[in-house]
Amino acid sequence: MDRIRELASKKAAVIFTKSSCCMCYSTKQLFYELGASPAVHELDKEARGREMELALRGLGCNPSVPAVFIGGVFVGSTTDVISLHVDGSLKQMLIDAKAIWF
Amino acid sequence: MADVSPRTDTSTDADTEDKNLRFQINQSQGMVASDGSDKYRDQKTLRRLAQNREAARKSRLRKKAYVQQLESSRMKLTQLEQELQRARQQGIFVSSSGDQSQSMGGNGALAFDVEYARWLEEHNRRINELRGAVNSHAGDGELRIIVDGVLAHYDSIFRIKGDAAKADVFHILSGMWKTPAERCFLWLGGFRSSELLKLLINHLEPLTEQQLSSINNLQQSSQQAEDALSQGMEALQQSLAETLAGSLGPSASSGNVANYMGQMAMAMGKLGTLEGFIRQADNLRQQTLQHMHHILTTRQSARALLAINDYFSRLRALSSLWLARPRE
Repeated sequence: MDRIRELASKKAAVIFTKSSCCMCYSTKQLFYELGASPAVHELDKEARGREMELALRGLGCNPSVPAVFIGGVFVGSTTDVISLHVDGSLKQMLIDAKAIWF
Repeated sequence: MADVSPRTDTSTDADTEDKNLRFQINQSQGMVASDGSDKYRDQKTLRRLAQNREAARKSRLRKKAYVQQLESSRMKLTQLEQELQRARQQGIFVSSSGDQSQSMGGNGALAFDVEYARWLEEHNRRINELRGAVNSHAGDGELRIIVDGVLAHYDSIFRIKGDAAKADVFHILSGMWKTPAERCFLWLGGFRSSELLKLLINHLEPLTEQQLSSINNLQQSSQQAEDALSQGMEALQQSLAETLAGSLGPSASSGNVANYMGQMAMAMGKLGTLEGFIRQADNLRQQTLQHMHHILTTRQSARALLAINDYFSRLRALSSLWLARPRE
């Protein structure tokens, strides 16, 4: 959990993924489309990946990846990200966290 | 010579037949005896003539039976055509070719097709109710209730699709549960919200500046989410192809069975993620409809829902026309 918090606070937009996960790929693409450059951490490449995955589950992230953090705050997985994007909230969050400017 | 052959007699009893023949012959003989002018008609000829008459009578009876059969088949056909027409008018797709054999594959697919048809029937009923309310200039309160009902009913099909995708993701992806013309526009097992919004914009006037800007933003967001999901699907296809290609080639000897099995297992895992994509696509559709409703007034939402229904009804009607088109 500490490792998650540590990494999540390092950049305005942070996404935890797995290298083989195509839904994670979709989520990354959405962020790129919005002009954000999120920090991407692949759990299967992290030393404490299993621990981190459990911690994310503990936060209520289902599925565990992709897990999105904006401004250090846990936002959710793909369903949450898409819902927030549709009503314009995602863009606003990114602007507020200074991940994007417009 | 008086003809007393019993033409109207429907009895086909063999004994009766013989009696008839003998009766006819005797009659003829009787005539010959009293008249005396037909002495060239011997027994054989008379018998032959009688047999011909009998054959002709039986032939007439067979023809009558056949015609009766044709008549009743024709009535049944007319009945079936009427039912088909009714079903098509309701927008329920009924295949006129061999399509149905494919939807029989697996209980999940067939069960979903039936549930979808039922949902569509109910949806059309609600839409007609909405149309009635709009045309009779019903108050906002009444409209809101009906509009909320239609939207809640949309929620139920997304839920049903979600369950069906768990049982048979490929059936949902195939779009075989939709009509051909609708299938043309299929994206991840359903419609594209961004396209729908593009179609609607012209039918929603008058819109305030704020509303117009919000609808345009919604259309753009929807498009972006669709693109992101599409790219994810492409990545999945790519990954799946690479996994399967990895087990090809001369190295596929008995020693590499474990390798093959491993790659198959990996490919299976990838296929498992398809359901997630359908779920997200439906989630996007649901969210877009909800947010559209949020931006618009009740009356505008009502008109939007009617316009959406009109559009899909036309697609379904087009499919029916296409399937019924005359072919060489």
